[in-house]
Amino acid sequence: MHNSEGLKLENKNDNSGVEVLKQRYEVSADDFASAGAASAAVKKTLKQLGFSPDFIRRTSIAMYEGEINMVIHGGGGVAEVGISENQVTITLTDEGPGIADINLAMKEGFSTASDTVREMGFGAGMGLPNIKKQSDNLSLISEVGKGTTLVITIAT
Amino acid sequence: MKLAQVMEVLNAKVYTDVPFEDIEINAACGADLMSDALAFGENKGLLLTGLNNPQSVRTAEMMDIRCVIIVRGKEPDEALVKLANEKEIVIMKTDYSMYTSCGLLYAAGLRGGDE
Repeated sequence: MHNSEGLKLENKNDNSGVEVLKQRYEVSADDFASAGAASAAVKKTLKQLGFSPDFIRRTSIAMYEGEINMVIHGGGGVAEVGISENQVTITLTDEGPGIADINLAMKEGFSTASDTVREMGFGAGMGLPNIKKQSDNLSLISEVGKGTTLVITIAT
Repeated sequence: MKLAQVMEVLNAKVYTDVPFEDIEINAACGADLMSDALAFGENKGLLLTGLNNPQSVRTAEMMDIRCVIIVRGKEPDEALVKLANEKEIVIMKTDYSMYTSCGLLYAAGLRGGDE
């Protein structure tokens, strides 16, 4: 977990000269009530760093949808967030069942979610389309039986 | 519209300790599935839903929504109210259905923001 005290962007990422703050969250599939906690923490960090409300809202919505996907489809996973002055990059990795047809999964209204998931308020088939709508770049790599990696980039 | 008027129009009961009367909202959305609410992606101010679990508050938090109204007379879930108090989001309950709740607020002048 990150330290929320005295946040600042530091040049500890690479040799590019770009200042990046990195955070890593374990997302559990066991506790649905706490799903979204990682997105809430990132939202808090972005507020503390003084980003614009519109940018924070776009990032929060995209990450929350991705986090929920990991909980309901991926069996949990890891969320890695890199925050720089100009953009946020969110990498969500799970070792779940993978996505059989990515084009279909990107279609508004298509969902493989169970009735149980729908009763919990998800499975509208809008998750990935919502992420795409809020982000500037989206990379989705998935292999059936191995898992899924989703990389979301949102520019300020 | 102020939340005090929303409460009056929907004959709603408030469950949170957050000061609410003077909070001004300019639009509302209604959805039971959270991704349908998140699809708006704009600051709507108010969410009407039948989803009685903490994810309705999480969704509101991500969207900067100030108030969640649980429709159809469901008693708001304890964990939902606890999270809402932490996030300073107002929780109300109304006995009206989703359709009637939306209609009453619309008739009172609160729009969806997508017209």
